[in-house]
Amino acid sequence: MSHLLEVKNLDVKFDTDEGRITAVENISFSVDQGEVLGIVGESGSGKSVTAKSIMQLNPGNTSYNEDAEIILDNENVLKFNSKQDLKKIRGGKVSMIFQEPMASFAPAIKIGAQMVEQLLIHKNINKEEAKSTSINMLKRVGIADAEKRFNQYAFELSGGMRQRAMIAMALSTMPKLLLADEPTTALDVTIQAQVINLIKDIIKEYQMGVIFITHDLGVIAQVADHVAVMYLGSVVEKGPVNEILKNPKHPYTKGLLQALPDINNLDAPLSPIPGNIPSPLDRPTGCVFRTRCPHHNPEGKDGKIEMKLIEVEPSHWVDQCGIQCGQNG
Amino acid sequence: MGDNLISVNNVSVNFDYQENFISKKQKIHAVNNINIKIKKGSFFGLVGESGSGKTTLGRAILGANKISSGNVIFHDDERDYDLTNMNKQDLKEYRKKAQLIFQDPYAALSPRMTVRDIIAEPLEVMKITNSRQETDERVRDIAAKCRLNIEHLRRFPHAFSGGQRQRISIARALVSNPKFIVADESVAALDVSIQADILNLLKQLQVELNLTYLFISHDLSVVAHVCDVVAVMYLGHIVEMGPSRELFKNPKHSYTKALLSSIPSIDPEKRSEAIELKGEIPSALNPPPGCVFRTRCPNPGIDCKGGEIKMGLTEVEPGHWVDQCCAL
Ligand SMILES: Nc1ncnc2c1ncn2[C@@H]1O[C@H](COP(=O)(O)OP(=O)(O)OP(=O)(O)O)[C@@H](O)[C@H]1O
Ligand SMILES: Nc1ncnc2c1ncn2[C@@H]1O[C@H](COP(=O)(O)OP(=O)(O)O)[C@@H](O)[C@H]1O
Ligand code: SF4
Ligand code: SF4
Ligand SMILES: [Mg+2]
Ligand SMILES: [Mg+2]
Repeated sequence: MSHLLEVKNLDVKFDTDEGRITAVENISFSVDQGEVLGIVGESGSGKSVTAKSIMQLNPGNTSYNEDAEIILDNENVLKFNSKQDLKKIRGGKVSMIFQEPMASFAPAIKIGAQMVEQLLIHKNINKEEAKSTSINMLKRVGIADAEKRFNQYAFELSGGMRQRAMIAMALSTMPKLLLADEPTTALDVTIQAQVINLIKDIIKEYQMGVIFITHDLGVIAQVADHVAVMYLGSVVEKGPVNEILKNPKHPYTKGLLQALPDINNLDAPLSPIPGNIPSPLDRPTGCVFRTRCPHHNPEGKDGKIEMKLIEVEPSHWVDQCGIQCGQNG
Repeated sequence: MGDNLISVNNVSVNFDYQENFISKKQKIHAVNNINIKIKKGSFFGLVGESGSGKTTLGRAILGANKISSGNVIFHDDERDYDLTNMNKQDLKEYRKKAQLIFQDPYAALSPRMTVRDIIAEPLEVMKITNSRQETDERVRDIAAKCRLNIEHLRRFPHAFSGGQRQRISIARALVSNPKFIVADESVAALDVSIQADILNLLKQLQVELNLTYLFISHDLSVVAHVCDVVAVMYLGHIVEMGPSRELFKNPKHSYTKALLSSIPSIDPEKRSEAIELKGEIPSALNPPPGCVFRTRCPNPGIDCKGGEIKMGLTEVEPGHWVDQCCAL
């Protein structure tokens, strides 16, 4: 069976005043219908850039490599350039939700009007139908007084409610793929738990594919089926969520797990990953993680090794240097 | 008083609120009748959802917010300072002794200031040092303690990463040689791999410089790891307070329990054990009468519904305090 989404060998570069930035390098992954792929990584690791590539939302200074492919429903999204084609991936087959819900709503237009407009663009329905679809969706995400909220502006809603309204708008067009970029990062844990449960229910109900981006491994453990761990633009490890969290192989994944304060083990010391995340302008050659890796050996070959994922357990992929370097990094 | 550095006695902070000039004046009940004692040398944690009043209480203790009723006493070695009753001289002295660590110093500071100037500013504003040389010495000294590279002092802030910025921010707060530090969401903006480093630094400085912290955070796992005492706030009230390990192992209040259960477990096999709280924290303009948590409490008792319950902490184990109505 072919995947709903397949990203192959994607590089994303930006031309800036200070030079060319490699934001994403040679990443590949796939998402099936009804599956949640979690992408986890620290700030600047290229999570948002990856998601935006799928909707072609990166700005004008972006360049993709010639041999990259983003196959959605058997079409290469990277070859899209007509308005008609782009419509398919922006609010049609793909919807995106963000950390900051105000990014989804125009401040001066009522929530309902925006939902209706979006539906009229993407669905073959009339205004009345669009209105009832929107109100039903607002109800579905747990918004009380949906008819009243329909006629309000986004800024009039509380934080948690706005998040729900954004999810309702993203889902009303019934996308096949939902891109969720840190949708719970700005929320309190209690509201985060509500939103996570809501997203999980909806995925089950509509059987869509989801890319869930977060820097929080706990959130990943709660929502994802598969996980890709990103660092400085590279996927260093990927696989089933249980494998990655319980049997991590790459020094970066292990370091992230150790740095996390575990509420069930208060005696464990807090162990940071040493050093700082390098600027993308000083992206290390060879292994991207070597400037912070405890196994790094300056005389070793990790500065020259080509990064490449290999399969160490069924579906569990790790960067080859990640397992070699323990011995000869 | 002996081993307490701060006593907060029946403190409330209200803000006036008027939607527009014809509507009637209302009060925002940001902080309500709070009683806490912060021991010398403790790492006192304050947790709770957004809008629960953590920052307002922290600022009140720093003398940066007016206190509507009650008082805050700072017990210094030689004398007490009553924050509700200080003259100009007292206030000046208190400012040196109690400092805030900004979440991100560059959000507030001019990008044209060098790191040295950022750290030195409190010394100059409070006229603590008498010569540039003395200022430089203090800046270098504290920068080294905060593990900042001395070479970096000449640089401008924009080039630094989150972790380095936070160290600058800490150095700036500590340069006046304070005894008490309010750290308000000081690691919230940091990546996990860096966060642990800053937390370890705060711990180390505490010992080295005899500091007492009020550590405000919405992240319970972080608080559980670094704090020795924790107070849980909800809608302006402290609903539970106690030694950190006891509180996290044996939470009594419905809100604390719900909050703890909402932390996403790192174990994929333990999914959705969260006690789901309905709705959101109510507005501090109209807090519910009786128990403030009543509108979201997953299992209110029969007595709780009437709204006649009077809130107040009661001690259930040594040092472990719970709101009286929920303690039963
Ligand atoms: N200067 C002010 N004027 C009016 N209301 C205020 C002011 N400062 C705070 N409040 C209100 O007081 C209440 C408590 O706010 P506070 O900022 O102390 O909460 P917090 O617990 O620090 O929240 P967060 O986690 O979002 O930082 C809120 O209802 C807030 O809107
Ligand atoms: N339009 C752009 N121009 C230049 N650099 C960019 C642009 N968008 C993103 N970047 C850079 O690409 C890298 C990855 O960014 P991003 O995907 O936003 O990270 P994440 O979402 O993982 O925090 C960062 O170094 C960021 O600064
Ligand atoms: S290649 Fe070397 S530096 Fe890179 S992750 Fe492996 S051990 Fe660490
Ligand atoms: S007093 Fe009653 S309503 Fe309030 S938290 Fe306790 S059980 Fe719930
Ligand atoms: Mg991002
Ligand atoms: Mg605050």
